[in-house]
Amino acid sequence: MNTLVETMDKTTGAISSADLAQDRPSAATVGDVTVADPRMTCRNVDVWYGAKQAIKGVSLDIGKNEVLSMIGPSGCGKSTFLRCLNRMNDTIDGCRVTGSIKLDEQDIYDKGLDPVPLRAQVGMVFQKPNPFPKSIYENVAYGPRIHGLTNNKAELDELVETSLQKAGLWNEVKDRLDQPGTGLSGGQQQRLCIARTIAVSPEVILMDEPCSALDPIATAIIEELIDELRANYSIAIVTHSMQQAARVSQRTAYFHLGDLIEVGETNQIFTNPQHRLTEDYITGRFG
Amino acid sequence: MYSWILMLVVLAAMAGAYQIGRQRAIASAGGPTRIKQLHSLPTYYGLYAALWAGLPALMLMGLWIGLQDQIVIGLVTSHLPTEMVAGLSEGRLGLLINDIRNLATGNIVSAEVTPEIQAAADQYNRLNLISQWAMWAVVLAAALAGLAYAWMRTQPRLRARNRVESAFTVILIIFSSIAILTTLGIVLSVLFESLLFFQKVSPLEFFFGANWSPQIALRADQVGASGSFGAIPLFTGTLMVSLISMLVAVPIGLLSAIYLSEYAHRKVRAIAKPTLEILAGIPTVVYGFFAALTVAPFIRDLGMSLGLDVASESALAAGLVMGIMIIPFVSSLSDDVINAVPQSLRDGSYALGATQSETIRRVVIPAALPGIVGGILLAVSRAIGETMIVVMAAGLAANLTANPLDSVTTVTVQIVTLLTGDQEFDSAKTLAAFALGLTLFLVTLTLNVIALSIVRKYREQYE
Amino acid sequence: MNNPADTTPPRRAIDIVNASLKRRYARERRFRWLGATAVTLGMVFVVLLFADIILKGYTAFQQTYIQLPIELAAATIDPDGARDPATLARADYMKLIREALREQFPEVKDRRDRRLLNSMISVGAPDLLRERVMADPALIGTTQELWILADDDIDMLVKGYIDRNAPASDRRVGDQMIAWVDRLEAEGRVAKRFNTIFFTHGTSREPELAGIAGALMGSFYTLVLTFLLSFPIGVGAALYLEEFAPKNRWTDLIEVNVNNLAAVPSIVFGLLGLAVFIGFFGVPRSTPLVAALVMTLMTLPTIIIASRVALKSVPPSIREAALGVGASPLQTQFHHVLPLALPGILTGSIIGMARALGETAPLLMIGMIAFIVDIPKGFNDAATVLPVQIFLWADSPERGFVERTSAAILVLLAFLFVMNLAAVLLRRRFERRW
Repeated sequence: MNTLVETMDKTTGAISSADLAQDRPSAATVGDVTVADPRMTCRNVDVWYGAKQAIKGVSLDIGKNEVLSMIGPSGCGKSTFLRCLNRMNDTIDGCRVTGSIKLDEQDIYDKGLDPVPLRAQVGMVFQKPNPFPKSIYENVAYGPRIHGLTNNKAELDELVETSLQKAGLWNEVKDRLDQPGTGLSGGQQQRLCIARTIAVSPEVILMDEPCSALDPIATAIIEELIDELRANYSIAIVTHSMQQAARVSQRTAYFHLGDLIEVGETNQIFTNPQHRLTEDYITGRFG
Repeated sequence: MYSWILMLVVLAAMAGAYQIGRQRAIASAGGPTRIKQLHSLPTYYGLYAALWAGLPALMLMGLWIGLQDQIVIGLVTSHLPTEMVAGLSEGRLGLLINDIRNLATGNIVSAEVTPEIQAAADQYNRLNLISQWAMWAVVLAAALAGLAYAWMRTQPRLRARNRVESAFTVILIIFSSIAILTTLGIVLSVLFESLLFFQKVSPLEFFFGANWSPQIALRADQVGASGSFGAIPLFTGTLMVSLISMLVAVPIGLLSAIYLSEYAHRKVRAIAKPTLEILAGIPTVVYGFFAALTVAPFIRDLGMSLGLDVASESALAAGLVMGIMIIPFVSSLSDDVINAVPQSLRDGSYALGATQSETIRRVVIPAALPGIVGGILLAVSRAIGETMIVVMAAGLAANLTANPLDSVTTVTVQIVTLLTGDQEFDSAKTLAAFALGLTLFLVTLTLNVIALSIVRKYREQYE
Repeated sequence: MNNPADTTPPRRAIDIVNASLKRRYARERRFRWLGATAVTLGMVFVVLLFADIILKGYTAFQQTYIQLPIELAAATIDPDGARDPATLARADYMKLIREALREQFPEVKDRRDRRLLNSMISVGAPDLLRERVMADPALIGTTQELWILADDDIDMLVKGYIDRNAPASDRRVGDQMIAWVDRLEAEGRVAKRFNTIFFTHGTSREPELAGIAGALMGSFYTLVLTFLLSFPIGVGAALYLEEFAPKNRWTDLIEVNVNNLAAVPSIVFGLLGLAVFIGFFGVPRSTPLVAALVMTLMTLPTIIIASRVALKSVPPSIREAALGVGASPLQTQFHHVLPLALPGILTGSIIGMARALGETAPLLMIGMIAFIVDIPKGFNDAATVLPVQIFLWADSPERGFVERTSAAILVLLAFLFVMNLAAVLLRRRFERRW
């Protein structure tokens, strides 16, 4: 942390270290955090890990059929924020979330709300492909089976096929559905995980650096897929690659040390950032 | 007794040699100011001298103590009047030698003491005494010779550190080979006696015979005791007790491992886990006592009140208690493998909207299955080899039965029973124990090798 | 939109999910309950086991004594008045006790009844009285109110283990005896006092005279020798395998071997000891020496495995630093790596020793079950060890041995507890995270 502060002092000269201290009041976000047709709305979200605050008063909307990308230097809280959106942070000890996060007007941190159906509506794809050590078929069929989405084997077969097709994996695996999912290549595994997520018909899909463990060709395929998925789902994607954010998303949010610094149309963020931190990041002064 | 004193003397000699070697090295370099002339630090010259003084002497001593008895007995036997020895079977000869030894050490003798035996015992004592003194002389001579050799070799150019270090390395290699020697010792000793047994009793009868009554006549003219060695009832008995114990240990051990690692509050876990592990630290003889004096009578009374006929040493009681003993074994092994399942798999399942139990049952357990199976196999191997519980709580009667309320006997019970009586060393009875031991060793070895390789492969998968 | 869950517009996937939730949560609760039950059962077993043994055993720490005014008549003890220890040792102390007892019950005249009366006193009581008199010859000629060791049947009766309501034929103590004991108790002549015999005597056929001192010393000698043998060998082997050994077939074989030996049934080690140490090398049976040899082979795998883990946890940077200043590999190990790994090695060794202390089965094979009254004084004396003593007592039919077995178990568990506690503390104190 100190080295980061020092570097920034040297390069920009303008940012005082007090500005970057852990417990400063949250900065106001530049740009419009709202959208006309939101699926999820977050207002003043704070996240603590024990005594450490990881997210500070973030407000942000995720619109229908849009891809929202979240960028920022490592440790800026973008992944933490993403994991709040389907309450995956519940599995971490000592994690506390305040503020409001709503999915279609329903506060997902409401006391009575059950994370199980929530997660069926808000799916997640992880940084490292994590197929279950089962067959390809069983990987995709897992979600529908536990939720009882299909009535018989034929329906399940069809659902598995369409999910794999949507994930662009069907042609590659249709002859070996009974082979273990862990035997696929990294890119195929990640698409299998996407197919697995699609199979439970979520409304929002969260992606946590889905391409960081993949080679460029696999990355390109996934990016294309994300663009296609936009037709049916709202997608929030965390990425450490600005190029990727520019390629796949309509809107971009820039996080910095737990603050949401700037939100806007992707084009505008990358061509004409309003906040100096955003500009410094995008021009590669740090990151 | 004298050997201990000699041992101390040699150790003292080593300490002395260390000092002498050090001084000698310093002197040879030309005094304490010039020790830079030496190849190694003076300490190493001291160690060099100590090793030379001690190691050959100690090795000689070990060899002497190990072989003394055999040689003395051999000499004594060869001096026995030929008419006494002639026509004696090996077993009878063993008894005779035992008598001589007992007489010599002042213990109770089984047969009457004839003058010949008395003479042999005296000779035994005399030879032992001579041997003791000879050992002192030879060992001390070896120590002195070693010291002298080191003394002569000590000069500044001697690479004492390298010599000492290679000696240490050799010692370490010997230490690490003891594991191999142990296995070899087990295999050879058990195999050798088993081969003798199979010369008397055919392997076919042993492995497939259904009748086990190892009472053998001590004398040929005794009636009604030919002995039969069909081990099937022992195998089925062992299997039944092991099966009952697994039925107790696997569900309880596995479920509690799951509960403690996935559900329990940290405080509950902090109390419950060590409490369960207490069970692993309790000696088996305590379980045996618990099984024989508490559980077995309880089950018998319970059975009686239900109108069932329960043996007072039922397989059920022994199996139950053995299961309790194995619970922590299963649970800690399962805990290990469940914790080795990466969090990302759990996250993947939760992110699809699975509940915790769905995640555990459909993702975690299947992923951990090879490890769990390996652990269970190890537990089975322990159950099969467990001795004290069954010795104390299972019966001696070799019943071929499938009723857990009946009394059964096991392989380990029979090994103990056959070997704890006063038998000649090579009667069919004692040899049968070794044949059972061989079977037990091979079965558990196979289980262990399979289980350990499964567990290792499983670990590698998630590393 | 050819997804079947999406094609039927009114029925969204989330509705199906919500509909199934109740059933799924019921299953969740059942599973959770199952797990909790398993844990509870496990804990209940622990509690039951300890409660059973403590309840059976705690009374053994007290022993019933009967107070009698004993006339230490000089005529019986020391007729010639020379106070010669040999004479004092030979005297008939049983007679003195019996006379005192007869005086308490003057109405008992019948020979059979007298014998019954005498049987209230332990056969070991005269020996204890002799020790008392020989320690203080001034007592001779006086009359002393002395506490005399009671027979185990009386002990059981006083401790309430004998059901007074049972028909007399089912009891080991008859109505007449009960009446006598009640009378003595009413006079305050019966008391339970701390059972020192249990801790100072060797075993005996009589429960009231049986103690664990012999077995404890046997265990002590065995354990000391086991540690002296297995610790250097185990650490040396671990050092070689972990730090020096080239990776080849031979070391692979050793490694597989060590792992398998750790899982070989202990009784097989007994067979090895019987055939090799006793049969081939002629090591005397029933001695701590042969027991220690067998135990060493048994504990070696434990110590080797624990030591290797401890050595592995010392970071390579330490080795590189030492080698970098020109230390030889052996110096690096002995000066730097071993001291850092020592707490872990010791922890593993203590646990190995605790296992050796509780081990029974292999010792049955090598003659440790001999009935040995004397307390062993060295590695070559015939001895038994605590767990084997427990096994032997558990087999004895007398009721008095049940409580003594349980008490011996409690002592054994106490030792194991201390050893394991030491291991835990050692680990806490020196645990180092690199």
